[in-house]
Amino acid sequence: MPAQRPGNTLAAGHSGVTGETVSALPTVEVPDRPAPARPEEPREVHVGEPLPKRRRYGGETYFKSLTTVGGSAVLAIIAAIALFLIIEAVPALSANKENFFTFTKWSPNALNDAHFGIASLAFGTILSAAIALLVAVPIALGIALYLSHYAHRRVATILGFAIDLLAAVPSVVFGLWGREFFAVPVQDLSIWLNKYLGWFPLFASDGRFGHSVLLGSLVLAIMILPIVTSLSREVFMQTPREHEEAAMALGATKWEVIRTAVLPYGRPGIVASVMLGLGRALGETIALAMTLGSSFVISWSVVEPGGNTIAANIANAFGEANDQGRSALIASGLVLFAITLIVNMTARAIVRRRKRFLAAATT
Amino acid sequence: MTTLTAATTTAVQLKAKRLPKYAPWAIAAGALLVGLGGVTFAADGGPVMGAIVAALLYFVALITIATFVEGGRAARNRAASALIGSAFVLAVLPLLSVAFTTISRGADRFDADFFYRSMNGITALNAGGGAYHAILGTLEQVGIAVLITVPLGLAGAIYVVEYGRGKLAKWIQFFVDVMTGIPSIVAGLFVLAFWVMVISPIFNDGRPAYSGFAAALALSVLMLPTIVRSAEEMLRLVPTSLREGSYALGVPKWRTILKVVIPTALPGIVTGVMLAVARAAGETAPVMLVAGGAFAINGNPFAGQQTSLSLFIYDQASTASQYAPARAWTAALTLVALVLLLTIVAKLVARRSKLTR
Repeated sequence: MPAQRPGNTLAAGHSGVTGETVSALPTVEVPDRPAPARPEEPREVHVGEPLPKRRRYGGETYFKSLTTVGGSAVLAIIAAIALFLIIEAVPALSANKENFFTFTKWSPNALNDAHFGIASLAFGTILSAAIALLVAVPIALGIALYLSHYAHRRVATILGFAIDLLAAVPSVVFGLWGREFFAVPVQDLSIWLNKYLGWFPLFASDGRFGHSVLLGSLVLAIMILPIVTSLSREVFMQTPREHEEAAMALGATKWEVIRTAVLPYGRPGIVASVMLGLGRALGETIALAMTLGSSFVISWSVVEPGGNTIAANIANAFGEANDQGRSALIASGLVLFAITLIVNMTARAIVRRRKRFLAAATT
Repeated sequence: MTTLTAATTTAVQLKAKRLPKYAPWAIAAGALLVGLGGVTFAADGGPVMGAIVAALLYFVALITIATFVEGGRAARNRAASALIGSAFVLAVLPLLSVAFTTISRGADRFDADFFYRSMNGITALNAGGGAYHAILGTLEQVGIAVLITVPLGLAGAIYVVEYGRGKLAKWIQFFVDVMTGIPSIVAGLFVLAFWVMVISPIFNDGRPAYSGFAAALALSVLMLPTIVRSAEEMLRLVPTSLREGSYALGVPKWRTILKVVIPTALPGIVTGVMLAVARAAGETAPVMLVAGGAFAINGNPFAGQQTSLSLFIYDQASTASQYAPARAWTAALTLVALVLLLTIVAKLVARRSKLTR
C-alpha cells in the first residue's frame, strides 16, 4: 500500500468503495490493479481490498500519536519517580555522618550534624511484612479455595463482594480501628503469648504491652487479605475441569482433588499473589504509622511496644523535618521504591509467563 | 461437606462407613459447649479465648472421630473443609468489626455542624468543629485527579489495545501492572520532590508551596495505572465484529474507536474510574506530604494548603483532645460511606454492561 496519496482522492475513493460494494458484491471482479493509464499515480481503492491504512486521514496520525503519548506517560512517570527521588535524596545522603544502610537511629535535621540510617526501619518493615504474610496467606488461600470450590455459586458471588469491600476500606480507617479498638484484644493476646511462650524471642517482653509489631502486623494482614484472595481465587477457578475430573475419577476426595489438581496448577498464581501482597505490605504507611510504637531499635519482640517501618517513619517524621530532613526521608523512600519495584516486577513477570492469569491480574 | 455426605447416603452400602450427616454439627455444638463453658467460666480466659478453644476442640474431635470411623483420607478431607470454611469466618470478622465500630462510634458527631463547619479556631478544649474543609478538599483533589487521569489513562489503554505493536506496547503493559504496586507514600514523595520542591517555587517566589493541586497530582500517579488497566480490559472485550462493521462502512480507525469502541466499553470504563476514585479518596499519606494540611476552609486547590477527609482522620486521631476521637470516627464513617457507595455503584454499573467476562 503506498504511503503518499493526494488529498482529493479521499472523497472519490471513499464513495467509490461503498457504491461498488453494494452493487457488485457477489461476484467481485478485481479490476486493473496498478492503474496502467497513470502508472506514477498511487492506486485507487478497489473492491475487496481493505481501506488504505496510512496517511489517508489527517486525524488518524494525530490520534495515534496522542494515544502513544498517553501510553508512554506511564513509562515517563516511573522514570521520573526514580530520577527525582535520586536528585532530592543526594543532598541528605552526602551530609550524612553515618552509614545509611547500617545505622539505626534517625536524626537528620541538624545541619552539618546529620545522623540517620535505615537499618532498624528496614528490619521493622521486613519483620512486620513477614508476620502479616504468615498470618494472611493461609487464610487468604483458604478463602480463595472456599469461594472457588466449596461455596455455592450464588453464595460465592456475595461473599466475594464482601471481600472486595474489605479491600475498599481506606487504610486510615484500618489504622484508626486498629489503634482504638483492635489494640485491646491484641494486647490480651500479647499478654497470653508472653505468659506461656515468653521464652521464645518473638514473645519476650519486659512487662510492657501495647502498640506493638503484632498489632501492626495483624492490621496489615487484614489489609493484604483481599489482594491475595482475589488473584489466587481467579487462578483456582481457571483450573482445567479435566484435571479435576481426572482426579475425581481416580476416587480422590475433594481435598485430594485440590491438593493434586488445583494447587499444582495454580502455584505460579499463588506465588504472584503472595508477592503482590508483600508489595502492599512493604509500602503500607498510615495504618502502620497509627498502630506501631515507632521505635528505632532492632528488636525481635513482637509483643513489646515498638516497631517501625520505612513508610511509617516517613509519615511520622515528616511533620518536624526541615529541608535536609525531607531529603533524608526521600532517601529512605527511594529504598522503599526500589524494593517494591523489584517485588512487583517479579510478581508481574510470573503472572505474565502464564498468559491465562492475565485477566486475573487487574487488582 | 454436605455434598459429600449427601452423595454417600445413596451409595452407602458399596463404600466404607461414613459419619452421619449431623455428626459435624453435633461435634461443633459439643465443642462450643465445652469450650465456651469451660474457659469462660472456669478458667481466666474471656469469650474470645473460649471460642478459640472451642474451635480447636472441634478440629481435634472431628479428626479423631472421622479417622476412627471413616479412615485417614476422609478425615483429612473433613479437616481441610473445616479449615477452609473457618478461614472465611476469620476474614469476615474484621470486616464486621470495622463496620460496627465505625458506625457506632461515628454516630456521636454525625450532625449538621460536622458537615457545615471547619476546624478553624477549634482548640483542643473546644467541642464542635467539623470537616467541611476536609470534604471540600477531598472532592477537589479527587476531581482534579480524575480530570488528569481519565484522558491520559484512556489514551494509554487505547494505545495498548488498538495501536500498540511490538516492544513499546509490551513494556507499557508491564509497567502499568508494576505501577499499580507503587506504595502511595512513594507517589507522595515523588510529587514532593518533583512538584513541591522543584516546580512550585517558580510560581511562589522561590519558596516551595504545598497545595491541593499537588495532592491531586499524587493521587493521579496512583489512579493512572488502575484506570489504564481497567480501560484496557474493557476495550479488549469489545467484539471485533463491531470494529470490522465500522471499517466496512469506510470509517477510519480513530473515528471507529471514538464512536464505536469507547461507547460500547463505556460502562466498564466508568466502573474502573469509580473504583480508582474510591481508592484515591481513601489515600492519606500522599496528601499529608504535599497538601500540607489545613484547619480552615480553602476552596482554591492551587494556592494555600488544603486537607482531605482521610488526612483529617489522621490529624484528629493524633490530636490530644477529648473531642478529637469522636470527630475522627465521624470522618471515618463519612469516608467509608463515600468509598463504599462509590464501590457499590461501580459494581452496579458494571453489571449493566453488556460486555462480560
